[in-house]
Amino acid sequence: MATKVPWNRPRTAPIVLVSGSESVTAERAIRSLRRDARALYPDLEYTTLDAVEYSPGSLLSLAGPSLFGEPRYIEVTSVEHCSDEFLEDALRYVVSSADDVTVVLRHGGGNRGKKLLDTIRKLDTAVEIECSAITRDQDKQGFVLAEFDAAGRRIHPQALRKLVDAFSGDLPELASACQQLIADVAEDVTESDVETYFGSRVEATAFTVAAAAIAGRTGEALVTLRHALSTGASPVPIVAAFAMKVRLMAKVAGVRGGGAQLAKLIGAAPWQINQARTEAQGWSQAQILEALTTIAETDAAVKGAERDPIYAVERMVRCIAQRESILHV
Amino acid sequence: MDVWQGLVGQTEIISQLRRLAEANAARYRKPDPSADDASADSPSADDASPVLAQPTAGDETRVMPEADPDSDIRLAHSWLFTGPAGSGRSNLALAFAASLLCPDGGCGSCQSCLMARSGNHPDLRVLRTEKVIIEIDDVRDIVAASYLSPSISRLRIQVIEDADRMSERTSNVLLKAIEEPPSSTIWILCSPSEADMLPTIRSRVRTVRLSTPTVEQVADFIVTADGVDPALAMRSAREAQSHIGMARRLATDADSRARRDASVLVLLGIVSSSHVAKGAQDLVAIAEQDTQAAATLRTERDRSEFFRQLGLPLDAPVPAQYRAQVKAFDESNKRLIKRSLLDGVDRILLDLESVGRDALLVRMGVNDGLINVERAPEITAWAAKRTPAQLVGYLDAIAEALTRTTRNVTPLLAFEAMLAAVIDKEAVS
Ligand SMILES: [Zn+2]
Repeated sequence: MATKVPWNRPRTAPIVLVSGSESVTAERAIRSLRRDARALYPDLEYTTLDAVEYSPGSLLSLAGPSLFGEPRYIEVTSVEHCSDEFLEDALRYVVSSADDVTVVLRHGGGNRGKKLLDTIRKLDTAVEIECSAITRDQDKQGFVLAEFDAAGRRIHPQALRKLVDAFSGDLPELASACQQLIADVAEDVTESDVETYFGSRVEATAFTVAAAAIAGRTGEALVTLRHALSTGASPVPIVAAFAMKVRLMAKVAGVRGGGAQLAKLIGAAPWQINQARTEAQGWSQAQILEALTTIAETDAAVKGAERDPIYAVERMVRCIAQRESILHV
Repeated sequence: MDVWQGLVGQTEIISQLRRLAEANAARYRKPDPSADDASADSPSADDASPVLAQPTAGDETRVMPEADPDSDIRLAHSWLFTGPAGSGRSNLALAFAASLLCPDGGCGSCQSCLMARSGNHPDLRVLRTEKVIIEIDDVRDIVAASYLSPSISRLRIQVIEDADRMSERTSNVLLKAIEEPPSSTIWILCSPSEADMLPTIRSRVRTVRLSTPTVEQVADFIVTADGVDPALAMRSAREAQSHIGMARRLATDADSRARRDASVLVLLGIVSSSHVAKGAQDLVAIAEQDTQAAATLRTERDRSEFFRQLGLPLDAPVPAQYRAQVKAFDESNKRLIKRSLLDGVDRILLDLESVGRDALLVRMGVNDGLINVERAPEITAWAAKRTPAQLVGYLDAIAEALTRTTRNVTPLLAFEAMLAAVIDKEAVS
């Protein structure tokens, strides 16, 4: 039977299965295995294989008997989407693996390749590193501690709790926050460090960026945008938030009537109507329409029409904050 | 009623393809005297091959059948039928396929022709998709089939509709098969234009370019096919700008006509920013209703056909062993509906573009050849309030919206930006 180990205590073996859907912990485990292997054999022959774009026979030839028995290390990615050819070769290889070869298979979950997984789990020569989804706060705290451990750093218990609270979403965001603290804070990380870095995080959403831009506060809008992007917000929902706000401004601009009455007509809550009215003050209809055009252009840009989605979003923020048409930039 | 019946326009192309198919059939009936074992059950490789020429026609010896010295289209191994959406390119490709399979060159009534028409001919394989892209596995399947020998005909015909919806990687899978097809296999690809295909594929196919049928041709077809009143058929063909499928829907479905008219009125009614936001919302709703109406019809038909193939009654619970299949079928239908919402959005943009063009014509003093004749008074009044430059700007905005929808811009935003271009910025500043 394969030995099962948690992601933060990885162990090597001729066959290592890194299973489960949490890509961050899987990445950490794989990196640590690789580092250990390299420390042991500086001249290690290291190869990666993509199980999807797999050319038949390559696993068997890479792992096949070598003249001097020099150690080899093969990482296989995307086994959860592997091709039939890969599956066939892998099933053949795992039952007759060589001692001087390490094959690390990353399987991100799902039924594809189940037969291979079942076979590996029965092998004494295999180790399975389980990287299942991390959802409980306790596990997230464990993750943060491991991140700090790996960097040879420490974080105070209160700071740890605060950090996990601030990033209740997905793990990659939490991971990047840890890296930011490790990089920026010189001493042990305290509660007030977390407060300084991420205290305002809850507000740093796409809507805050949009509100600042619409109010003409260019600098603040750009800073909050940077912050939102660096903590894992992606351009597409930011553009969508701008569209929602400006669309509502377009709807209320130049239209009279009470909030409640208008709310029904427009299909928004009365408080949204009032907010949109406040925000639309000082905007002409022509400017609002130009902003809508800018947002449409940016939506295309962040969905692939332009190379740099971050630049496109920043340009949109500037255009809207300065009430300029994107066509004049 | 031969296989060419029921096609719209394209008379010159059809006559050439017909001559070619008949020559091909004639050659089988009267085999070359030098190859007198051709009638045996296992014809030699050479005799199984029809009169073929590669598009790079260097080899003049096998180019033309004796029977038809003046045909100017040669039976190449790989063909590309191009023509805009709704021009009938797929139907023409299928008719050509049927004519090549038929022992009489496309009689329309033999066993082969009937099987081809019902989509059950064992030697005719058609890959069609309503998804945004053709899956690579589907192309791998059809490529694998291309290496089989034909089972009842002399030829195996492989048709790919919407071949422009292949990624480069998928195209390359196809390219390998087209480069060296077995002598009895003919490929027919369809796409809006040659530019939509990779140059490597383009250089290996013989291209047949369909022209957009005229409004009269489309109207005549609708009168015959659907028995509608000629005046309504003319109006529908005109409003659909000769898109055959759209014209038929307009001619046969009053709701479709009402929706088209509603979208025109949305445009003509825009005077403020709140109209822009509300109007864009209405246009999305119209596109959704249009899609829903078309999809419901198609899905119900496909679903009952699917259940029939599985041997299941439609109204009883699905037995456990079929659930996965039925689920996969329903999932793939959901994707189809997404694709057709984009088609609905594009359709509205084309309709509104026609209004813009009409307005520009009227503004320049031309009153003939309008597309939206029934709304001419409203369009004239609308155009009078705008300069020709503003109208040109509006047409540009529509072209931009069409590009944006292909880039996955939210339809609502694409419509908003387009309608924003209608507003006279001076008037609302
Ligand atoms: Zn026939």
